[in-house]
Amino acid sequence: MSGRGIPYSTVRRCFNAAAFTLTGVFAAVTVSTLFFILGFITWHGISAVNVDFFIHLPKPVGEPGGGMANAIVGTGKLLLLASAIGVPIGFFAGVYLSEFGHNKLGFWVRYAADLLNGVPSIVMGIFAYTLIVLPMKQFSTFAGGVALGIMMIPIAVRSTEEFLKLVPNSVREAAYALGVHEWKTIVFVVIPAAIRGLLTGILLDIARVAGETAPLLFTAFNNRVWSHGWMEPTSSLPVMIFTYAIAPYDDWHRQAWAGALVLMFLLLLVNGGTRLLLPRRRVVT
Amino acid sequence: MRRSSSLNWGDLLFRRVTLGFALAVVGIVLVLAGSLVWNSRLAMKEFGWAFLWGRTWDPVAVKFGALPFIYGTLVTSAVGLLIAVPLGIGTAIFLAELASPRISEFLSFLVELLAAIPSVIYGLIGVFVVVPWVRTVVSPSVSAVLGWFPLFEGTPYGVGLFTAGLILAAMIVPFITVVSREVLLTVPRSQREAALAVGATHWESVWTVLLPYARSGIIGSIFLALARALGETMAVTMVIGNVPEISASLFKPGYTMAAVLANEFTEATYDLYIHTLIEIGLVLFAVTFIVNGIARLMLSRMEHPA
Repeated sequence: MSGRGIPYSTVRRCFNAAAFTLTGVFAAVTVSTLFFILGFITWHGISAVNVDFFIHLPKPVGEPGGGMANAIVGTGKLLLLASAIGVPIGFFAGVYLSEFGHNKLGFWVRYAADLLNGVPSIVMGIFAYTLIVLPMKQFSTFAGGVALGIMMIPIAVRSTEEFLKLVPNSVREAAYALGVHEWKTIVFVVIPAAIRGLLTGILLDIARVAGETAPLLFTAFNNRVWSHGWMEPTSSLPVMIFTYAIAPYDDWHRQAWAGALVLMFLLLLVNGGTRLLLPRRRVVT
Repeated sequence: MRRSSSLNWGDLLFRRVTLGFALAVVGIVLVLAGSLVWNSRLAMKEFGWAFLWGRTWDPVAVKFGALPFIYGTLVTSAVGLLIAVPLGIGTAIFLAELASPRISEFLSFLVELLAAIPSVIYGLIGVFVVVPWVRTVVSPSVSAVLGWFPLFEGTPYGVGLFTAGLILAAMIVPFITVVSREVLLTVPRSQREAALAVGATHWESVWTVLLPYARSGIIGSIFLALARALGETMAVTMVIGNVPEISASLFKPGYTMAAVLANEFTEATYDLYIHTLIEIGLVLFAVTFIVNGIARLMLSRMEHPA
């Protein structure tokens, strides 16, 4: 397509070369932003991560050392609860859209999912606050999990629908021809055929909310000690990174970088891993 | 899908259950909108529409105007778009036109990873890397040349509208790049060939044929990115300076709607204060709803050309 042999004027040829060089430079800038960010996190984080970080509670201000063990467990609990809420709703709604959703209602459900996907995360925090924190009069793991769970729904809906639609109709028809009931066809034939894609979608969905901070600020809040059960405020990795980053203590800054490295490592693992499992999967939605 | 007459009770139950979950998704959106309206009623009754252009924000004196936050949100998003649009579209053209398919796939995966980085980590990089850089390098050198112009004057703090916009640019560039690249790749081969056949250079074919053909898709991707920028919270909160003032200079600190929610929500001590903050959330919800709607409209026009 370079048009070799066509006698373009020098001006046009130069302009062509210059314009494409510029797009190359832009691409280099965009991609190097990623390496720039990963580089800084690794550089600052690697010297700050140690065993203490994973097994100790935060120390009081002024005492060096300590870790984020409670934040790591807190994030785990929040994600567990979020998945327990977001995955079933998103999954079954996705099944509905793929198998029965070729109607007006299907349009509205897709529309609602898109809308939910576009809601700023901080507004999701307000929603969970009015829904749970206000009536219960306390910050809790439960409220944070609900906020993250609702955020998981739209991606779960769309990825479930997408992957179930990839299963050819002939597979469904083959089952029907054998006299298999519709629900058994879906549960025992269609879903198993798409299981790899479905699990990948859910994994990416969890990774997407794992780093969310804004919805947790006034739902799960923060906690400097262990949080027991589901009804106490809890610490989480992203909120700890935020709190430590804006505090005026060097030791806290060091730990914020360590937290960022741990979080980023997990997210890269999930995103890269799922990419290997399933070559064509968009992260951006 | 079968006709309903051939269904047994198991099938009907399964359909009802999935239908129930599907309706739950619609229900959540309605409850979300309803609860934002209900929980901001005190503020709406107290201030009316004037809330949107009131310039004073003083919770101690019970004076609330949202204009400084609306201004900050718009300016930071504009700066972000100003940087991200050329960068994103340029990158998309490179990936769609010059890079070989394998390299293009790989590079766009790397760009997508940018979107997978949590907001708080952008904020961390912002606080410890970008803010010092803006304070010591960008702000002084720009002010030295263009300091007479109100947009660039002022003491270099490092934190401020420009820094927030710069970080937003990095956060939204993946949306523009990835969506624009896909849109460009869907332009039919015949379109390019027609341009080349009448003697256009490769770039001229991109500029006069490809980009116009893909226009509504690219605009859609920009609106998608804008919606993200408007609602972005953590990274902006950490670098914007959090001062509810309207200043002409990009290097002065400001405040955004999302940032004031993040900072003041847990400190709101009386009901009217909380309702006022929730009303800001409601405004944010409504604005992103409209911007996302435009994005969807543009992108669907690309999928089903008239």
